Amino acid sequence: MPTETTTPTEKQAAPLITRARLRGLAATGLIILSVVTAFLYLGGWFAPGALTPARFVDGLERAGGMHSGFRRNHAKGVAVSGFFESNGQGMRLSKALIFRTGRIPVIGRFSLSGAAPSVADAPDTVRGLGLLFRLPDGEEWRTAMVNLPVFPVKGPQGFYDLTLASAPDPQTHKPDPQKMEAFLARHPETARAFKIFQSHPPSSGFENSTFNSLMAFRFVNASGVWIPVRWSMVPVQPFAAATPAAAAPGNKNYLFDALIVSIHRHPLQWHLMITIGQPGDVTNDANIPWPVGREQVDAGTLTLDSVESEETSPARDINFDPAVLPAGIEPSDDLLLSARSAVYSESFRRRAGETKESSAITPSEVRQ
Amino acid sequence: MNTNVTPERRQFTASMRFLHWLTAALVLTMLGIGVAMVASLASFQTLVSIHRPLGILILLVVVIRYVNRRLSALPPFPATMSSQERFVASASERLFYALLFVLPLVGWGMLSAARYPIVLFGSLHLFPILPHSLMLYAMLRATHTVLAYLLFLMFIAHFGAILFHTFIVRDGMFNRMAPWRVRAENR
Repeated sequence: MPTETTTPTEKQAAPLITRARLRGLAATGLIILSVVTAFLYLGGWFAPGALTPARFVDGLERAGGMHSGFRRNHAKGVAVSGFFESNGQGMRLSKALIFRTGRIPVIGRFSLSGAAPSVADAPDTVRGLGLLFRLPDGEEWRTAMVNLPVFPVKGPQGFYDLTLASAPDPQTHKPDPQKMEAFLARHPETARAFKIFQSHPPSSGFENSTFNSLMAFRFVNASGVWIPVRWSMVPVQPFAAATPAAAAPGNKNYLFDALIVSIHRHPLQWHLMITIGQPGDVTNDANIPWPVGREQVDAGTLTLDSVESEETSPARDINFDPAVLPAGIEPSDDLLLSARSAVYSESFRRRAGETKESSAITPSEVRQ
Repeated sequence: MNTNVTPERRQFTASMRFLHWLTAALVLTMLGIGVAMVASLASFQTLVSIHRPLGILILLVVVIRYVNRRLSALPPFPATMSSQERFVASASERLFYALLFVLPLVGWGMLSAARYPIVLFGSLHLFPILPHSLMLYAMLRATHTVLAYLLFLMFIAHFGAILFHTFIVRDGMFNRMAPWRVRAENR
């Protein structure tokens, strides 16, 4: 208990400034200052160079330009919908309701990487597939996959640096090969990943592409046992190699147009293949592939039977945040998931408030 | 509690004091998580998954606290407080209650408008309270930040005021809300 040295209301003659009051004032100031400093520290104010979600998205905007209302990466896309039919094989691996035998609705989005929403389709551009599975109890599973066999870099900083190194130069509108060379010299893991890409050439279209989770996750079954997994959507449509001739200069949307034609012709299907990791398999680095021959479980079939322009679909306004997971699917020790979730959320926050411009794949383009 | 029988109440009731310190701990944790998560890549996901259920817990606590506040007898303001100070104290109490009630609702509403599932833990999740609308999300998301900073400023002012009364005015005002029981003769 502090002793009362003065009673200010009664003694009018008491001096306004006393030693005790000055000490009290200093203590008050010091305590308040420390609390404010602690909060500023938590908010990253003392680490102006650290990569934050906001700085990451700033980098995406610097590399690919500002496009009002669009995703800051994988900006060009088309919406799809259909259903997932589980065969029950996944139940022993995960208690997630998606693996119970039965059919659940799915909405999704095919996309091309990059911040430019009207970029011309090209065979080497990374293709994305975002999916949202609506589970019967109202839970959701969202996943954002790409057609690469491994992640090209280690962690978010690597991706940020790669994005800036491969950005088109403002003068020449082409990536600066010197920057890329310098990046590869500093990132042998990316050079290694590029070699793996060369042995996995892209397919002719979205419809026969394999889409991979890249990151490892944990499946937890009803007995509480967890295993590390990665998953892929493996197309039923047969593989055909991409041909440069298909990318005719006249048709900027040839990949999307081919997808629209084929989905109108017949529903497209993929198998959800769960790859089970063994002890020792790297789970915290999506850059490192797992050894071939790991057990794979076919958990069911994804059927996409409807395609729509983003302008008329709710998919445009959905964040395919890969951290939205149902009970039974959990993050692994790969912090890339958290970083992706943070960056996707920041991109979503920015574009939500912006005026929406029309999608390159217009409603009339999608019409049958 | 026998505090009811003393002619002059010196402290808030035990339940009010408990709820005050519970709110203080929850809200300070929440403000820290909030400011850290938006600046973090590696911890974002963990922090968000704490932020959501903690916000709903604060919403529940503030409703209980408000009802309890209305049902409880209050100690008078200390004689050392001027009428202006009393007015500011009452107004800030109302603003605190309003913010603690509205902030979680804005959070819940903005996740609804973004069409995020509102996961508490495991498969337990809340229903959406607003339709899917990006413009609505953008508005509420910005509101959430502004109100959170306002709440932080309110906390600093509140904390500063009690430190001022404790270290400079030295009128024992802290005893009114002290987590422990303070006997009348201690004064």
